[in-house]
Amino acid sequence: IASLVMYLLAEFDDAANLLAANPDATTISIDEPVEIPKNQHGRLQQPGREEDDELLGTDDSDKTELLAGQKKSAPFWTFEYYQTFFDVDTYQVLDRIKGSVFPVPGKNFVRLYIRSNPDLYGPFWICATLVFTIAVSGNLSNFFIHLGKPTYHYVPEFRKVSIAATTIYAYAWLVPLALWGFLMWRNSKVMNIVSYSFLEIVCVYGYSLFIYIPTAILWIIPQKVVRWVLVMFSLCLSGSVLVMTFWPAVRDDNRRIALATLGTIVLLHALLAVGCLAYFFDAPELDFPAPIIPAHNGTTVITKSQ
Amino acid sequence: FPGLADVSISEDIPVEGEITVPVGSRSPDEDYSTLDEPVRDTIMRDLRAVGKKFVHVMYPKKSSALLRDWDLWGPLVLCVSLALMLQGGSADSKDDGGPQFAEVFVIIWFGAVVITLNSKLLGGTISFFQSLCVLGYCVLPLTVAMLVCRLVLLAGSGTVSFIIRLIVVVAMFGWSTLASTAFLADSQPPNRKALVVYPIFLFYFVISWMILTFTPQ
Repeated sequence: IASLVMYLLAEFDDAANLLAANPDATTISIDEPVEIPKNQHGRLQQPGREEDDELLGTDDSDKTELLAGQKKSAPFWTFEYYQTFFDVDTYQVLDRIKGSVFPVPGKNFVRLYIRSNPDLYGPFWICATLVFTIAVSGNLSNFFIHLGKPTYHYVPEFRKVSIAATTIYAYAWLVPLALWGFLMWRNSKVMNIVSYSFLEIVCVYGYSLFIYIPTAILWIIPQKVVRWVLVMFSLCLSGSVLVMTFWPAVRDDNRRIALATLGTIVLLHALLAVGCLAYFFDAPELDFPAPIIPAHNGTTVITKSQ
Repeated sequence: FPGLADVSISEDIPVEGEITVPVGSRSPDEDYSTLDEPVRDTIMRDLRAVGKKFVHVMYPKKSSALLRDWDLWGPLVLCVSLALMLQGGSADSKDDGGPQFAEVFVIIWFGAVVITLNSKLLGGTISFFQSLCVLGYCVLPLTVAMLVCRLVLLAGSGTVSFIIRLIVVVAMFGWSTLASTAFLADSQPPNRKALVVYPIFLFYFVISWMILTFTPQ
């Protein structure tokens, strides 16, 4: 079965190359697609055999889609056009989220999970959840940090929600736009084998932000070390997904440009995490003596902040 | 008409009815014209419709009355009262306080529109305004929670009051989500139900958060 899978993957590679070079062509494959029993891919997936089914199932459905030709043919002013971007089931969304959190070395997120069916549901709602998670967690964390102080009065800090929303949606949409433009420009100079559409890049970025949701919740813990360990951990996971996705798209280019592109991707991702941590979460205060405050009658009072 | 020669009406099927010709100025749709009724009747009819829907929300059964005769009066009243009750929160500077009236309004309406669009894009069969109607009406438990919170805060704002408020808000949040899911989930394709229910959960969670974090001056 492994050799069959390898053969299918090789075929899929060729088909993808041809399609990338000329997106409007329909590829016709002479040999028959592997007969997979109906109940193994599609709506009712048995949980134990998910690994095999994912590879085989995705390839098979991709082959049928390649054979069928162009998928999204409705004009852009109709509602049906936008419905094609939401053509995902619950298990597909969950699979994509899983794929963004556990990067499998050597497997490309776009290839494995998204291939020709990018959706906008994941990116949009993951960003929305992240916005509110960061705002709520930041508020909670500040509340717990300042809890004991007599002068502290709790404020909901609702303005920060709009700031969080602007930042995260700008990151999730403008950075893919810039990256897509850059890759298109490089494509015109250097013939790259793999090129991604704008929606696929938005998809990857959207799903890669998912790891920051549990990270933001765990940032409530008011320990600096814990927070920075979380930043590093989540950055490694989602950064590696991004790197492994975009490496095939730039590896045929000039080596320095390829490395610079990947470096910028990781840097922006890190900046987002660190920026959110710095802005929304107050620093947990260290245990140091406050300055000596002279009281009215001359005796000094030393206050210790906790 | 030669073809009608062999048409006969069987004798044991009674044929009865009334043949009247409308006379005078009685127009055929006068029953539906509400222009001439007293204003009180108009208002009472709408109020009764709104009240009936409130009852349906508080005891969510599988009834289609909420969906069939949608109206947006109830959601408007609930949204405005919720936004008004969320005013008067404390703030040292304007930037740190709770949500302003416009922010609550925008969040509720924009959130409901986005959730409706989401469910339609995923292939739902419910109409746009029906979905808005359901989502708006299901804010009722949370408005009740806000009222209770404000009353509890009048009594004091210590830990006990916080725990009471927390319990009330969590219970009402669960009630809102369950009520709206009961009305909306049937119109979705079965393998995408979770994709539609999650944004509703997020929407009511945000509103509950705004209610829970309300601190008076």
